[in-house]
Amino acid sequence: MAMTGGVSEASSRRNVVVRGWRRHLPWRGLVLPALLLVAWHVLCVSNVFTPDVMPSPGAVVAELFRLWTKGRLLGDVAITVERVAFGFLLGTLIATVLGALVGYSFIVGEYLDPTLQALKAVPSLAWVPLFILWFGIFEVSKIALIAVGVFFPIYLNLVTAIRSTDRKLVEVGRVNGLGRFDLIKRILVPAALPNYVTGLRGGLALGWMFVIAAELMGASSGLGFLMLDGQMTGRPATIVAALILFAIAGKISDALLVAAGRRVLSWQDDFASAQVRMGL
Amino acid sequence: MLEISGLAKRYDDDAGVRHVALDGINLALGEHEAVALVGTSGCGKTTLLRIISGLERATDGRLTLRGEAVTGPRRDIGVVFQEPRLMPWLTARENVRLALLDLPPTTQNSVIAALLRDVGLTDFGEALPRQLSGGMAQRVALARALARKPSILLLDEPFSALDSFTRLKLQDHLVALWENSPFTLLLVTHDVDEAVTLSDRVVVMRGRPGRIYREFAVNLTRPRRRSTIEFQTMKEEVMAALDPS
Repeated sequence: MAMTGGVSEASSRRNVVVRGWRRHLPWRGLVLPALLLVAWHVLCVSNVFTPDVMPSPGAVVAELFRLWTKGRLLGDVAITVERVAFGFLLGTLIATVLGALVGYSFIVGEYLDPTLQALKAVPSLAWVPLFILWFGIFEVSKIALIAVGVFFPIYLNLVTAIRSTDRKLVEVGRVNGLGRFDLIKRILVPAALPNYVTGLRGGLALGWMFVIAAELMGASSGLGFLMLDGQMTGRPATIVAALILFAIAGKISDALLVAAGRRVLSWQDDFASAQVRMGL
Repeated sequence: MLEISGLAKRYDDDAGVRHVALDGINLALGEHEAVALVGTSGCGKTTLLRIISGLERATDGRLTLRGEAVTGPRRDIGVVFQEPRLMPWLTARENVRLALLDLPPTTQNSVIAALLRDVGLTDFGEALPRQLSGGMAQRVALARALARKPSILLLDEPFSALDSFTRLKLQDHLVALWENSPFTLLLVTHDVDEAVTLSDRVVVMRGRPGRIYREFAVNLTRPRRRSTIEFQTMKEEVMAALDPS
């Protein structure tokens, strides 16, 4: 009996380990890219895609290797990541301050929100000439453009989140004598966090979109420049390699944000959190 | 200790139509008295409780607690709502702490420990609200309301969402807490059994706008048994006052 119990216990422990391993490895998310890779390869081998239009996966890997050996790849990835990071931080900072003010105070909202909503309607590329005029063609204008892209999703989500905080929870703060600071710190901010994290993810995604626009408008390095270089020199493999690197970098940065969000939102009791807890 | 005279509450809806929720409310509560406010849905019981708690302002009339006008939420008024209203991101312990932020941290910790013990949740201080049953969550809300040592505790149908077994248990618990503390208790309920079990006086509200229709002194010895003839007689009298048909 004891032995059976031991085996059963070990087996159960192993199952838990396997379940934990499966939960943390995003294997389901790799299925579609793998299928696309196979389809891409088949289409190239069967000459549906010609090499001058769409290079094969092997050619793209070879191009990545060439860029690596030239010592260029890491530098281009690093400068793009750096631009996105600085633009994201700047956009997040401004959006958080303004979003918190507008969300908390209807009076401040009446002064600021209509203008910000109007600016939201301005197409992102319309800022380019003005930013070049103001900040030159170097890093500052690029970071400013990315910050503009990052700003709006975060601002809008934060304002909505603060304004939609459950009135009943705010009343609990009031009957328990919470001052303005404690009300913000202990009720409004935590209640706004789920939507705020959603806004951060949206802002980060737009940051990656805007970095391409920023790098296409006059850079001498970065993944956007690499794409432009591929176009000018007639190397489709360079363009596809840069596209893949963009996708990977965007996915990694989003995954980091999701992981950080999951830590601060572990209290949530919604459908998605319940599924994660059940290991589904 | 609580004096209400000529209190009225009127408001305009979005279409600009004026409604009168309460009119001519006169009520006095003594020290360490337990009073139940009963009435059918929509008669203004909860509105009256919200005005007493300071969450809403009356349109007319006078409301004083120990001689001071109530113009907003106060430290000496504790409130337990119909639902626990716990912050889902805070543990049971931290939810209780919300009411104690003006005290030094060491005092907060000892008060919280005593309160959680009083409501029978010593082992659940670190639990998040989603990990608590409805009855346990409502006990945390009760501990939070008692944390500031209120002179009056307002309860707005606090047990209505609970199953009957848990409700009876919590009613006994509330009576025990009230008997061992000096606070006055004002309970809003539509459950006449609950009103007669818990209170010294049952106040019946009726109509629209809501008015106080009758008051009943409950002179039954505690602990009260619902099966006794006296209890049933009192219950029938209150029921008759609630619904004259």
